Parts: sequence; C-alpha cells; structure tokens
Amino acid sequence: MKEHIVRSYEEELALLDRKIAQMGGLAEDALGQAFDALEKRDPRLAEAVIGSDKAIDLLQKEIEEQVIAMIARRQPMADDLRHVMAALRITSDLERIGDLAKNTAKRALAVSQEPYPKPIMSGLRNMVERALRQLKDVLDAYAERNSELALSVWREDEQIDAMYNSVFRELLTYMMEDPRNIGLCTHLLFGAKNIERIGDHATNIAEVVHYLVHGVSIADDRPKGDETSSTLISHQ
Amino acid sequence: MVVTGAADEGSRMNEQVRTGDIAGAAVSALPRGAGPAVTAKVRARHVDVFYGDKQALKDVSVDIPARAVTAFIGPSGCGKSTFLRCINRMNDTIPTSRVSGQITIDGEDIYDPRLDVVQLRARVGMVFQKPNPFPKSIYENVAYGPRIHGLARNKPELDGIVMSSLEKAGLLKEVRDRLGDSGTSLSGGQQQRLCIARAIAVSPEVILMDEPCSALDPIATARIEELIDELRENYCIIMVTHSMQQAARVSQRTAFFHLGELIEQGDTTDIFTNPRNRQTQDYITGRYG
Repeated sequence: MKEHIVRSYEEELALLDRKIAQMGGLAEDALGQAFDALEKRDPRLAEAVIGSDKAIDLLQKEIEEQVIAMIARRQPMADDLRHVMAALRITSDLERIGDLAKNTAKRALAVSQEPYPKPIMSGLRNMVERALRQLKDVLDAYAERNSELALSVWREDEQIDAMYNSVFRELLTYMMEDPRNIGLCTHLLFGAKNIERIGDHATNIAEVVHYLVHGVSIADDRPKGDETSSTLISHQ
Repeated sequence: MVVTGAADEGSRMNEQVRTGDIAGAAVSALPRGAGPAVTAKVRARHVDVFYGDKQALKDVSVDIPARAVTAFIGPSGCGKSTFLRCINRMNDTIPTSRVSGQITIDGEDIYDPRLDVVQLRARVGMVFQKPNPFPKSIYENVAYGPRIHGLARNKPELDGIVMSSLEKAGLLKEVRDRLGDSGTSLSGGQQQRLCIARAIAVSPEVILMDEPCSALDPIATARIEELIDELRENYCIIMVTHSMQQAARVSQRTAFFHLGELIEQGDTTDIFTNPRNRQTQDYITGRYG
C-alpha cells in the first residue's frame, strides 16, 4: 500500500500497531503465566501476573487517547478510519483478556495451598494452549491484515467451547466424588470460564480484522459450542 | 451527439442524438464505476469533453438523483468542474470546447439544438467558488432573474419571490431592513447566500455548486452547509468540493474523478468507509497518487 503524503500520519498509524502488538504480547504472557501459576501453585508468579495487568491497562488508555486525537486531528477516511476503529476495538478486547488472566492468577493464589488430584489440570491445560494459539494467530492476522487467518480463528473458537464443556463436566465429577474438592474445583471452573471468555475475545478481534480488511462484517452466524449454561448434572 | 462551441454544428449533433439513445427512453446500463441504480434527475452517458486537442473528460456515465446532494471530488484538473459545467452548458461559452455523449434532465436531452439554453440555465442554477453578486442592491440581485424570465406579473409578485428566495437562502433575517444596500456590502458568507437566493429565485430544479465554501470561514461554511441540507428536500444539488470532509458531511452520493475519468461513485458513507477502488482510497486517505 502507498504511504501517506503526510509522514507523521503514517508514523502515528504505525505506532498504533506497535502498541497493539505490545499489548497483545503482554496479554499472551499474562494468560500463559496465570495458568503456570495455577498448575505449579506458584503464588509469586501469580502476584507478578496480577501486577502486570497495570501495564496492559496503561497501554489501553494510551491507544484510546491516540485514536481520539487522530479522529480529531486527522479525520481518517476509508481504510485509515477502519484502522483506527479496529485498534480501538481490539484494545478493549485485549484489556478484557488481561483482566481475565489477572482473575485467573487471583484464583491461583487462592488455591495455592490446596492439594491437587494430578489429572485435574490436563483439560484446563489443553484449553489454555488452544486459547494462546488463537490469541497469537489473531494478533498475527491483525499485524498482517490476514483475513483468512482471522476467519480460521473465528471458526475454531467452537473447539475451545467444546473443551470447556468437557472440563466443566470433569470438574463437576470431581466435586461429586469428594466434597472436599468443591473449593478447588469451583476456582478451577471459574478459571476455565475465564479461558473460554478469552477465546470469545479472540473471536471478537477476528471479526474486527475481517472488517478492517474487507470493510464488511463476517456474514454467517458463528458456531457456538458452550452448552454449560443449560447443563445440569445431578447427584445420583 | 457532438456539441461544439460553434452553433452551426447543431444539426450534426441532433442527427447523432437520434441514432443513439432517444431522449426520455430507457438508457443502457451504466458502465464501469457505476453505483447501484438510482432514480435519476440528471443522467449522463458516455460524455467526452475536449478543449481543443486536450481531452478533459473521458466516457463519463453517471446517474444523479433528485432531492439529494451529490458531491464530485478529485484532484485539481480531474474533470469534476468540467463535468459540472456540462450540466448547464457553460462549456458552450468556451470556443474550443467539444462535448459528446448524452446528458438528460428528466429524460430530456439538454444538448438538443432546439433547446433554449437560457431556459436550461434557469432550470439549472449555478453558484460559484467566489461569491459574485451584481454591483446592485440586494433586492435587485435576487429580482434580476425572475424579471428577465418574466416570472412575476407585477411588483407585489416580484417582491414575494425576492422575499421567499432570501428566506429559503437563510438570509432574510439579516438583510430585511437593508434590501436597498449594495450586494457587495455584505460579508463573504452573506454574499454567497445572496448568490444562492439569486439562483433559487428562478425556481431551478438543479443547483450546481462549484466549491461554494472555499472562500468562506468555518462559521459561514457551516451556514452554507446547513442551507444545502435544507435545500436538498426540494432540489437536485451537485457540488464540486476539494474538502473531503465537506463531501462527507453534506452529500448523500459521491463521485470520484481522476484524470478525466469517473473512477467510482456510490453512497457517500460507502465511499468514505469502504471505497471499492484503490485510486479512490489513495486519494481520500491522502496517499501518493
């Protein structure tokens, strides 16, 4: 694509993308480390994740202010307009991802003294790995303006939902087996829900990337797989 | 149809009209760059304009809706003003100019040699970049057109036309007590509204505006934009502007010209959020052309 005649405009748009990339990197780290803290029962790591959320919030504020200033001063048009609006929407999804990672880290703190049955984390680990990949892919899709990659993220969110359904059932089973697991499992359940929500935010970003590239919204209804709202497992 | 500045070319032009699209009949589908079908007030098909050997417009086809504002945008020398001047045959006044193709208003061929150009220019009013009131009183500026076109039978009728035109142009309140003052004593923005009142006074159907705000300050510009927004309920307004923001603010349809060609036309919101054409995109976002 050709460059803007006004060089400082070009630089501002590039700066916006660098900040989004930086924010995305911090959100990825927060999610990965929050899960590590949970799995390894590492309260110091959990504290570090909780502390790092400030940097994410600060970046969001900076990006928001920059977008508002650019709308006021540059009056962006066409793909530039879609660019600044995409940055504004993505930054709010990334901020929410940061919050969800932070909440997961808080739960890691809460359960750090609890004994774990060994296999309890494997379902959650699969979810986190998948969510991290989705997040990385969608950030790459934004950086490369790759709507195909964005579309694949958008379609694959269903798999995180399916994993969440199975983790939900598994954790309920542990709770039914031994009521002493209820405290731990409830925290893990919320942790799993956080990761499922992170998948949804990655999907939002995918939709934004598609709009950024093509100027139109994704046409179909996204397949949704979270069935836990209507699931009831009764104690036999 | 081929029109030249010289009147004796008229018969040849007429002959070609008859072999091509018949005025008022259905017109062929729009070629490249065309937006979705609209009910056209002004319809152009395959319009070429030459100034001597230089081709200023190439194969322009466009439908311009009634009761809406259509903005023409594009870099200097792109042909947008040339095309605007085809719609009231202002190009006829340039001896070396040649216009070919077809332009109709309500289906009527405006280059038909039997058409009275003076009548056409009453139907198609024009407002220029620099306000150009006559060096006469405010009243006379507005009364001039209705008088020469015989639109008023007596003084009270003429007064009525002058007052209602000034009212519609949003100027009456400011000049009611000094209608005898010279038009040139008004501020720039008021002069431009006087020119709009003058254009409205002869009950045009189409109003052409060639950068009507480029000599005005932001407040006067906002007043003119507000006026344009009101006028579009009753007129087909076609505006050339260098300000993309102005096109985005006031128009419902936008057409982008480049190097004499109509590159893209469409709903203004679509053009400014998601243009289809790379050249349109580069122009409106301020990239190297």
